[in-house]
Amino acid sequence: MLSKSDVFYDRYERKAELQHQTHYCPGCGHGIAHKLLAEAIHDLGAKDSTIFVSPVGCSVFAYYYFDVGNVQAAHGRTPAVATALKRSCPGSLVIGYQGDGDLAAIGTAEILHAANRGEAISIFFVNNAIYGMTGGQMAPTTLVGQTSTTTPWGRRPANEGYPIHVAELLATLEAPAYIERVSLHDGKNIMKARKAIRKALDIQRAGAGFTFVEILSPCPTIWKMTPVEAQRWVEEKLLPVFPLGILRDRRPAIAADGGPPRKPMAEVLGLTRDAAGAIPASGAGAAVQPVTVKVAGFGGQGVLLLGQMLAEIGLREGMEVSWLPSYGPEMRSGSAHCHVCIAGERIGSPLISNPDVLIAMNELSLRKFAPHVRAGGLILYNQDALPAGFDAAAARVVCVPASRIADDLGAARAANAVLLGALQAETATFGAEVALSVLVAAIRNPSLHELNRKAFQAGRSFAAERTAAA
Amino acid sequence: MRQLTKGNVAVVKGALLAGCGAYYGYPITPASEIAEAAALYLPQVGGVFLQAESEVAAINMVYGAASAGVRAMTASSGPGVSLMQEGMSYLAGAELPCVVVDVVRGGPGLGNIAPEQSDYFALVKGGGHGCYRNLVLAPASAQEMADLTRLAFDLADRYRNPAVVLTDGFIGQMMEPVDLDATVAVPEAKPWAVAGTAETRKNLISSIFLEPDLLEAHVRKLEAKYLEAERLEARHEVYRGEDADTLVVGYGIVSRVLRSAVEQARKAGAAVGLFRPISLWPFPKEALVAAASRCRRVLVVELSTGQMVEDVRLALNGTVPVELLGRVGGNVPSVEEILDRLLPVGAAAR
Ligand code: SF4
Repeated sequence: MLSKSDVFYDRYERKAELQHQTHYCPGCGHGIAHKLLAEAIHDLGAKDSTIFVSPVGCSVFAYYYFDVGNVQAAHGRTPAVATALKRSCPGSLVIGYQGDGDLAAIGTAEILHAANRGEAISIFFVNNAIYGMTGGQMAPTTLVGQTSTTTPWGRRPANEGYPIHVAELLATLEAPAYIERVSLHDGKNIMKARKAIRKALDIQRAGAGFTFVEILSPCPTIWKMTPVEAQRWVEEKLLPVFPLGILRDRRPAIAADGGPPRKPMAEVLGLTRDAAGAIPASGAGAAVQPVTVKVAGFGGQGVLLLGQMLAEIGLREGMEVSWLPSYGPEMRSGSAHCHVCIAGERIGSPLISNPDVLIAMNELSLRKFAPHVRAGGLILYNQDALPAGFDAAAARVVCVPASRIADDLGAARAANAVLLGALQAETATFGAEVALSVLVAAIRNPSLHELNRKAFQAGRSFAAERTAAA
Repeated sequence: MRQLTKGNVAVVKGALLAGCGAYYGYPITPASEIAEAAALYLPQVGGVFLQAESEVAAINMVYGAASAGVRAMTASSGPGVSLMQEGMSYLAGAELPCVVVDVVRGGPGLGNIAPEQSDYFALVKGGGHGCYRNLVLAPASAQEMADLTRLAFDLADRYRNPAVVLTDGFIGQMMEPVDLDATVAVPEAKPWAVAGTAETRKNLISSIFLEPDLLEAHVRKLEAKYLEAERLEARHEVYRGEDADTLVVGYGIVSRVLRSAVEQARKAGAAVGLFRPISLWPFPKEALVAAASRCRRVLVVELSTGQMVEDVRLALNGTVPVELLGRVGGNVPSVEEILDRLLPVGAAAR
């Protein structure tokens, strides 16, 4: 009834022995399913464009037979492997072939998600309700009461649950284009299976989405039956539990959207931007002094951004810089800090134990980090005055009520800009012009630029007046 | 153009310049920015980004893309990398190139999200089943996150084997200037790939060899590649090693702290040098032996209870006493802590 397709190798040379016949047992459904597939690939003229993914199970050696591109996948992972093959080679016909252990046990996540993404692949699921290759253990599709080497008293729902209906399960998803269950127990049904296999491949070729054919298949060897008894067992036992028919037939299942716009590599990497409105660096390191800074406060106060801006200032002035955020449990507790190094040479440790400058945006940070500031260093504290009884030891403290100043300007979030201004005026380790340009570049929302400029200037003025008063 | 770039983002920029065409991954702190950057950049240059349903699926998607001859990568951290180890064994067995980035976090188990270097054994010594090796590179800066990722793709292709960028949460999260030019590598053709074409129809990607003699021949073939890589691909850096009598050894973030410690120790008059392995596999044994030859003491510092130190001891083979300073849990030894081990009491200038 079925002739040998040219999609099969003439001799199975990848096989060690008996290269004229398959390794499948007499009466096994795999042989028939293979023939139907080979025929369909031939009729589609898709021999060269087909990629066949073999599973782990009795059909692990499917690549012995199919004269197409072959990839052998890890147990259960065929849909994942097939997903990437198809996305890498969109013009190819990707066929995944899996047994019931591979697909319905270890590979449940992969099949479910490939189907749910509507991958334009075809998966052929050979269900014989038992593990063949490993010698007859229970499959997820093993029937209630069916004995196997791991259900010696028969499958008991109380212990092993019920057989899984994969076709029905996948039919609950939106994306699949076509799902059908067929059987190989007699000639009439084999012809139906042939039609279903062709249809699945046709749909894939048309790019219309995920296709899935579950194939009920006799396994005379493990069932310990003659081929004829095995066919009858499929009809009498499997069919009532796994009813045949089409469960999904809908196209196109997913509308194509074209994806995001393409851009030249240099643009994607940000190599063409004129540094987001940057002014050119003012010279080789001359305008910025080496300094190490720790910025600390609550999350949401712009702590990390202030640190990034300092690093960016150093970078634009031709210095070596590093920025390292606080890391670990603090990230979840609402407080944050970062380390900034600006140096004239290659930076060793980006972690600063004893910073030159501490910007403490809250009292907690002040208490935690002030004792470690280098002797003669500077602390900028975001308040009108130090907490009562606080001793800053050997560091100089400047209180800048940045949050209040920013609040008065109408944006509490600009407190970091106030502190940037205050630091600039207080230390002159970097210029006001470069700081302003970095500040503006760092704030994504243009409507906040003016406000942040004002906040920066307010910080500078505050520090300058304070110095004048002192 | 030097741009302030986060280490994890630099990985993706390096990958793009290496001609990486596919990223399949699953989020995990502290590696998620790699997936996020890949999701943003790759589709814009015609590449594939897909968030997989698990790390298991992700590495098998990488297997699929690599089978098709595409430069493919994934990234994760400890627990996710554990899940990928089976797939990495398959990739090595099937001789497929790929790049896997591990931004190491605290373990074992769920551990924490703070940096450690405790996946050294898992990735340098194996982790998956069978006789295979990963080529492992250890960046110590954001710039190297880009450069070594790019190199990892070349090594992976050259040896048809997984290459790993083994880094830590600090290097992944920190921002530093990264200098790139937009020249994209054009990977060599892969005539062995299965790409759904007439030319590649006869090809087979597989790691199964049922016959013992065939499998042995295959494993010997892999072994020969690994021996060649050991000869050709060991990379390291020495800092102030010329006249050192004490050598500190560390990679990744630790090497940065050690560099500062060496500078401080030198100021205090101690002849300390730094040896930094850049490739962890192959481990730069010969260079280490040479660097330690005049030393009377070697101090290994790592963010583990002692993993790389075993390779240092094996390489030096008892010729020099090797000490370990290991911290875990996200704690990084400070420069001062290292100086306390290196200098006589009170010698460090504070
Ligand atoms: S064990 Fe069963 S499924 Fe496997 S080849 Fe034999 S008959 Fe076919």
